[in-house]
Amino acid sequence: MVESTQLEPILEARHISKSFAGPLVLKDVNFNIYPGKVTALIGENGAGKSTLMKILSGVYTDYEGQVILGNDPVHFDNPRQAQEAGISIILQELNVLPNLTVAENIFLGREPETAYGTLDKRKLNKDSKRYLERLNLQIRPDMRVSSLKVAQQQLVEIAGALSYDAKILIMDEPTSALSEKEIEILFEIIREYKKQGGAVVYISHKLEELFEISDEIVVMRDGKIVDTGHTESFDRNRIVKGMVGREMGKAFSRRKLEYGEEVFHVSDFNLSLKRETGDCILNNISFSVQRGEIVGIFGLMGAGRTELLEGLFGVFPKQSQGTIFIEGQQVTIDSVEQAIRAGMALVPEDRKTGGLFLGMSVSQNLTLATLVSRFPGIFVPETSERELVADYIEKLNIDTPSPQKPINQLSGGNQQKVVISKWLATNPKILFLDEPTRGIDVNAKREVYELTNQLAEEGKGIVLVSSELPEILKLSDRILVLAGGTITADMDRSEATKEKIMHAAILNR
Amino acid sequence: MKKKNFSIPGISWQKFQSLIAILFLSALLALLTDNFLSTENLWNVLRQISVNVCISVGMTLVILTAGIDLSVGSVLALGGAVTAGLLKNGIEIPTFNLFIQFSVMGAIIAGLTVSTFLGWINGMAITKFKVPSFIATLAMLTMARGLTMLWTGGFPITGLGDSFTFIGTGWFLGIPMPVWITAVVVGLAMVLTNKTKLGRYIYAIGGDEEAAYLSGINVKKVKMIVYSLGGLLAGVGGLLVTARLDSAQPNAGVGYELDAIAAVVIGGTSLYGGRGTIMGAVLGALLIGVLNNGLVLLNVSPFWQQVIKGLVILIAVILDRFQVKDN
Repeated sequence: MVESTQLEPILEARHISKSFAGPLVLKDVNFNIYPGKVTALIGENGAGKSTLMKILSGVYTDYEGQVILGNDPVHFDNPRQAQEAGISIILQELNVLPNLTVAENIFLGREPETAYGTLDKRKLNKDSKRYLERLNLQIRPDMRVSSLKVAQQQLVEIAGALSYDAKILIMDEPTSALSEKEIEILFEIIREYKKQGGAVVYISHKLEELFEISDEIVVMRDGKIVDTGHTESFDRNRIVKGMVGREMGKAFSRRKLEYGEEVFHVSDFNLSLKRETGDCILNNISFSVQRGEIVGIFGLMGAGRTELLEGLFGVFPKQSQGTIFIEGQQVTIDSVEQAIRAGMALVPEDRKTGGLFLGMSVSQNLTLATLVSRFPGIFVPETSERELVADYIEKLNIDTPSPQKPINQLSGGNQQKVVISKWLATNPKILFLDEPTRGIDVNAKREVYELTNQLAEEGKGIVLVSSELPEILKLSDRILVLAGGTITADMDRSEATKEKIMHAAILNR
Repeated sequence: MKKKNFSIPGISWQKFQSLIAILFLSALLALLTDNFLSTENLWNVLRQISVNVCISVGMTLVILTAGIDLSVGSVLALGGAVTAGLLKNGIEIPTFNLFIQFSVMGAIIAGLTVSTFLGWINGMAITKFKVPSFIATLAMLTMARGLTMLWTGGFPITGLGDSFTFIGTGWFLGIPMPVWITAVVVGLAMVLTNKTKLGRYIYAIGGDEEAAYLSGINVKKVKMIVYSLGGLLAGVGGLLVTARLDSAQPNAGVGYELDAIAAVVIGGTSLYGGRGTIMGAVLGALLIGVLNNGLVLLNVSPFWQQVIKGLVILIAVILDRFQVKDN
């Protein structure tokens, strides 16, 4: 192994500045990418990571400074040029065309032709197969992408990037849709790619991943690079210090255990969903939550975590059965409205698609569920609404210039706080949190953790679903594992370990 | 494209946009023609747009939920025809030797009930049977037109009496009746969208139907109400048309859905749902009305009128795109 200091960088970005009609979002940034290395890029939302990567991959064409690839200065006019020069980017959002086949996606726009000028399907599928095998993917190239799971779709996208013989692969939060097992596969691929001399830029909020996969770490804050070095020389504190500009106080700590009577109980819950995206069957799910208790539910992708919460919340009244008790009282839940009235709340998984109305104001977002359940009558009670909103903005420390501000102008962490407020305002007895910290930065994450804790202390029962094991371990009093449509483990936090949980999660696979 | 900051609280630049266009156009017409600014002509413009405003209000509600209602023109025709037919001929059921004569009020209520019911059927098809709104209301466009032909036998129903035609031609306190009726419709719709829970739900469903459902909103019920209101308001438009002409034409309202959609879109309502206002649609209809009126006064050929109207719609939507980008 050669030290990176002696390596020639494959790409140098020199004095890059960029603004979007206003303040600079990148300020005189110097950034190098080395062959055979994984460079991790970390920073809070809005630090400028994605902007920098979009410049390097030809998405943004208007910037100051110079990009040098190999020994030549380059300026890409579009992503295609960057790809052809060997720089591919995998974005956070999926970028596949679901109605085309796997092979057609991989070779989109460069499909091989026969002598007659028609599509050479045999060559297309054969070539695709090569790239799929390189990724250890057991997928037929002629399958439609829409029939694949999300994680597999993402791997198809990576196969597409590799097919350009990319020298540099930029990955922006590639694991947010992947399960632990799939992340391992991805990491294997990255290691293999490194060995062949490929360079990777890896953007993620998950510190564990960065430590595991990267060779170099680059920390950004406010459009500048504030810290760089070998991964071994970093620890959690140094990263956090760079990101937030100060040492993080004592790491978040769990409250004392102290909880009361049963607030939620479900017995023999069954759910059977037949969908295009894959069936979901849950059998005989029973568990209960005490007042002040945080119950963590862990499961791999496809285990039915979200479906379980939604099913309990009255989303699929026709496809599910089971008995639910709230504070000892049996309740009938045939609709979401009934669930809310009974004292349940669900903060859904995907903030943008399931929880927020991007065209509406902070205030309108915050009171929507409350209008349904708590305010009778035809009219929106304007005074109560104003008071309620002011109350939660203060209580949860939501950073917004005004309650009338459109919600899409808030940062991700503050948006998440609005979604949580929306549900707290319904005065729930039991709160379901589905991946509450996905895609928000470290600081906002910590605030969400603290809030979750505080809510438990106030006597709410909390069910937390997360695909991040450390999060589950850190927050939960009790941990349930969902696998093969049923609960395979139920353990106290004192006996829970990463290994035990994973073992239960892959039991039936 | 960089604009100055026009964000005065409560007033969107969008409204300014159509308002400025209307004022500009009016100033131009005042200079170019002798009679645009005459009181008579101005009332005339308002009376003419009243039907489109009523339909556009319903259309706005539907489009806010990210749907579309193509059936309004036909529903308007049937609603008007039912009222006219009942008023003129009553109902005769020979087997029971029964004859029911309708009062003006009774006939109006019957016409509005029928058009509301057609809207309700649209809603059922869309929510219960999951037919896309475009298709469901396209089917209704054909069916309601056919029913109108059956009901009228293909001939206009005329001679409806002064107490009925007063709705379309009369004046009250110096203002034409259609303008009064339309003002009430607009006022109620503004209260609905701005002040009521239902209004909030309509915006929420258009913004993100899944999220609205997960917030406990009864999405199906809200949509049923919205499409029924769309039918009801088309019915109101039908009354106004029928009363003004003293005649229920079997071909009344052909193409009105397009004028309504144009008014809604010019008014800045997003066809993707969740964004827009009633006032926007009113101003959109007013802009189209002033434009129509002006082109007639200027003796522009009807063929050119269509070209110009189309251009205005296109420009409005393009300006709207810039608006979205700026935000």
